[in-house]
Amino acid sequence: MVAEIVQVQGHIIDSLILPKVLDEIMDLNGTFEILDIAIGKRKTDTSRARLRIEAASQRALALILKRLSRLGAVPVQAQDVHLVRAPKDGVFPAAFYSTTNLPTEIRFRGRWRSVARIEMDCGIVVDPTTGHARCTPVASIGKGDWVVCGSGGIKVTPLERARQAEVFQFMGSAVSSEKPKAQLIQRLARELGAMRRAGKKILVVAGPAVVHTGSGPYLERLIKAGFVHVLFAGNGLATHDIESALFGTSLGVRLDRGEAAKDGHDHHMRAINTIRSLGGIRQAVRRGVLKRGVMHACVARGVPFVLCGSIRDDGPLPDVITDVLKAQEAMRQRLPGVGLALMIATTLHAIATGNILPATVKTVCVDINPAVVTKLADRGTFQGIGIVSDTESFLRELTRALHL
Amino acid sequence: MSPVSRLPSPAFLMCQPTHYAIAYEINPWMSLKRQAHPATARAQWAALHRLLTRTLGARIRLLPAKPGVPDLVFTANAGLVHGRTLIRSNFRYPQRQQEEPIIERYFHRAGFRVVRLTSRYDFEGEGDALWMGPTLVVGFRFRSDAPVHEELARWLRARVLPVELADRRFYHLDTCFCPVDDRTALWFPRAFDRYGRKVIASVAADPLAVSERDATRFACNAIVIGRAIVLQAGFSTALTRQLERRGLRPYPVELSEFLKAGGAAKCLVLRL
Repeated sequence: MVAEIVQVQGHIIDSLILPKVLDEIMDLNGTFEILDIAIGKRKTDTSRARLRIEAASQRALALILKRLSRLGAVPVQAQDVHLVRAPKDGVFPAAFYSTTNLPTEIRFRGRWRSVARIEMDCGIVVDPTTGHARCTPVASIGKGDWVVCGSGGIKVTPLERARQAEVFQFMGSAVSSEKPKAQLIQRLARELGAMRRAGKKILVVAGPAVVHTGSGPYLERLIKAGFVHVLFAGNGLATHDIESALFGTSLGVRLDRGEAAKDGHDHHMRAINTIRSLGGIRQAVRRGVLKRGVMHACVARGVPFVLCGSIRDDGPLPDVITDVLKAQEAMRQRLPGVGLALMIATTLHAIATGNILPATVKTVCVDINPAVVTKLADRGTFQGIGIVSDTESFLRELTRALHL
Repeated sequence: MSPVSRLPSPAFLMCQPTHYAIAYEINPWMSLKRQAHPATARAQWAALHRLLTRTLGARIRLLPAKPGVPDLVFTANAGLVHGRTLIRSNFRYPQRQQEEPIIERYFHRAGFRVVRLTSRYDFEGEGDALWMGPTLVVGFRFRSDAPVHEELARWLRARVLPVELADRRFYHLDTCFCPVDDRTALWFPRAFDRYGRKVIASVAADPLAVSERDATRFACNAIVIGRAIVLQAGFSTALTRQLERRGLRPYPVELSEFLKAGGAAKCLVLRL
């Protein structure tokens, strides 16, 4: 249930405006509670009433409020947001409102408007001509942008736990290695199917351990079967995946036998050099050099991927974005439409992705180390749900549950 | 009683239809395909002016006509006059918002205090606000907003009752409601919603409902001066009988050119 407090005043008794307001709320399946009412003592005195209106959904409430505004009943918190111009490129005004990752609305010129592309730790920029509000990171602010300041005229809607899909209820948010994993994975598989049917995208964020543990082929199968719509990773995952495709090793270890290959330590550098010589992963696939693996599956299936660099990268591959701000922006570009994020065996990329995800995106973090999931939640991605599991067994079970 | 009606002879503001035309469509009556005939409009207006001044002894002040604001002729919408104060209209449509500065300047020069209401709410003057005895009835939805009633009540220190209009054809209160005296009012009940009907019934002890045919001939858009009632010609004999039974004398006027813009007798005058 969502609620709003409205006030109506004037000659609301004699003009039957108040009974009409109450009737309209009930006609639209809302409920009300009269919080207080002050009735004029003389005929010429005006009266005032404050009502708390409840409706089943945000949409139903908005409809009620729209109808009531015609009768002069307006939300008590009828304050517009306070906008201040950004003083410099890349700098918010001092009193800027710092966002959460929850659905947020701002009131501008008397109308509530939802903030587009919500993510945590950003500011809200409003276009004064259209009223369009957009969540903007500090680095992308332009001098003179109108930025929301203070907290007046801002409405943040908490997630309704009860309305989340059953797998999320089932798992709860606590991280524990002592949960029946087969059940969890079954339910997650059902959730992936439901997402796909609903036309929502599934984002996978994967670390190089996916390849090291030999579970690359499972992820490849997920991609080929259309269960991955966006892939975020780093130089490591792509490099070792390509290394395994070209040499059959990951960091020099043969994936089929688990033994170190002779002179295998330089395989990953040779893989990087090969891709660099061809100009990129897509070119390598097109030229027939890269014929299998996770990255090959992405190119073949047209699944967009964003590879973000880090300070300890070898190479990197030409596809890796080394400017972190550009990398963040590239990740943001891929977020619209994402309904579920599956983060597998990665700490840094999971946190980086968690930072830019709206809380409405269901987030599942799989790691052998419970601390990673805890850390994700501590950094603000509280919607994250943890599965403490070895990557290989998790992906094997998931592909089996999906009958792949 | 409103202070104005205590004056010995009633005074009105009118505006000559020099630049009157159908220049846009902002109500269901207006159609760019059905243009007003300028010479006929001028003659009809002059006949109304003559009737009000010569026959009924009203004092008329003239608001100078201006090109580009054809609806300035409908002075009833300029605002609401209360003593020497004008509560200026906030027109809903941009086409008519251009009239606001002209009206304001005229009233300033004429020595009135001009009051502006909160700009976020629309209010179209006497078109949507009529005194019924000590109570001001305000129509809302199509041209005025309900919340203005609270501000009006504060300015006027009177009871102001908003009623919702329900029929787009009767977009102003003065097209479907006409107070005659403290008890009697002409009205077209179906132009109001059920709450509005109850409110009108509570303020008018003797409501005189007109037929749909009379209502669409703008019978409610009438000017009342004492026991004389000036209204668009062509109303039914039944209405004539009902008016006469109440001691009222109807004066029919032909204003067909103004009906094309959705206005008749009452729309052409503002009580001063």
